[in-house]
Amino acid sequence: MDHDTATGQEAQTAPAHAEGQQHPLGLYLKVWGYLFVLSTLSYLVDYFHVQGIVRWTLIIVFMLLKAGLIVSIFMHMAWERLSLIYAILVPPLVLLVLVRIMLFESDYTFWTRAIFFGGGG
Amino acid sequence: MDHVTTSQLEPRDAAQGIQSIAADWSADQEVFRHTHWGKAMMWIFLLSDTFIFSCFLTAYMTMRASASLPWPNTAEVFALSIGGQPIPLILIAIMTFVLISSSGTMALAVNYGYRGDRRKTAALMFATALFGATFVGMQAFEWTKLIVEEGVRPWANPMGAPQFGASFFMITGFHGLHVTCGVIMLLIVATLVLRGHYDRTGDYSAVEIAGLYWHFVDLVWVFIFAFFYLW
Repeated sequence: MDHDTATGQEAQTAPAHAEGQQHPLGLYLKVWGYLFVLSTLSYLVDYFHVQGIVRWTLIIVFMLLKAGLIVSIFMHMAWERLSLIYAILVPPLVLLVLVRIMLFESDYTFWTRAIFFGGGG
Repeated sequence: MDHVTTSQLEPRDAAQGIQSIAADWSADQEVFRHTHWGKAMMWIFLLSDTFIFSCFLTAYMTMRASASLPWPNTAEVFALSIGGQPIPLILIAIMTFVLISSSGTMALAVNYGYRGDRRKTAALMFATALFGATFVGMQAFEWTKLIVEEGVRPWANPMGAPQFGASFFMITGFHGLHVTCGVIMLLIVATLVLRGHYDRTGDYSAVEIAGLYWHFVDLVWVFIFAFFYLW
């Protein structure tokens, strides 16, 4: 039992030091550069007045790429254990359900306003 | 005699009860046994924060989709005149680059921390805090401009849909509060680094945990930038 806890302790601290998050500086600088490029691109989407479905697609693609880079490299999620990755990244997916419900709700509110309040309010 | 023993036992029992609760909870490391406990806890906090910000952004989506008055054009609202020429959304773009740069210096700070380079870690963390403070300063400028010049209030907006004011102050205000707290936390941890506190304990995880929080603040801004300012 004692032996078990000792190795458990070792296993707990070992990755944080030996294998843990010792990555070449170049990797961070590269990700930093990518984030700058992606931000510039999403700014240019607005600057050149890209409209409609292309605009929304580009905004979401650049946003997800930036979020992915930050979470996986800067926050070291890429090197974490799967149990932690799933515990953190899966729960937010239920938010898509909330977004879907609220889209229906807002549609209903909008038409209620349009029909009964003559577009005001 | 009997009375004395029970009254002596009672507080000890209570203490034992609390100890057993603490032991049970701290033994609950089967899942995250291989992760530093502070890091696991920070991740769980960030998960809860994700839900808070997501609720704000979903509320914003609902308000914007149901608004019957026109939504202000953010590109014009947040434009700045540089050299006599208005550049759309430039203020927000600069704020984005400032925050990304702070994330970059933070990532380097974590790296130097695990190498045990005390001075470089502290210097990079102070640089991160400086970027963060710059960001908050620019936000204060942005708020002042909107409140004083444009007359936007949480309940009113002369440019169109009043929901714009509500979501703007709520979302950017809560994010700015996070940045402010982050700057304070960074200053505390950086001071500890500089004093050699983590050299004595031999564990630089606190730098990485502070970094997790800071990157999360940057992450939230990525979503706010996309959905609130660019959409």
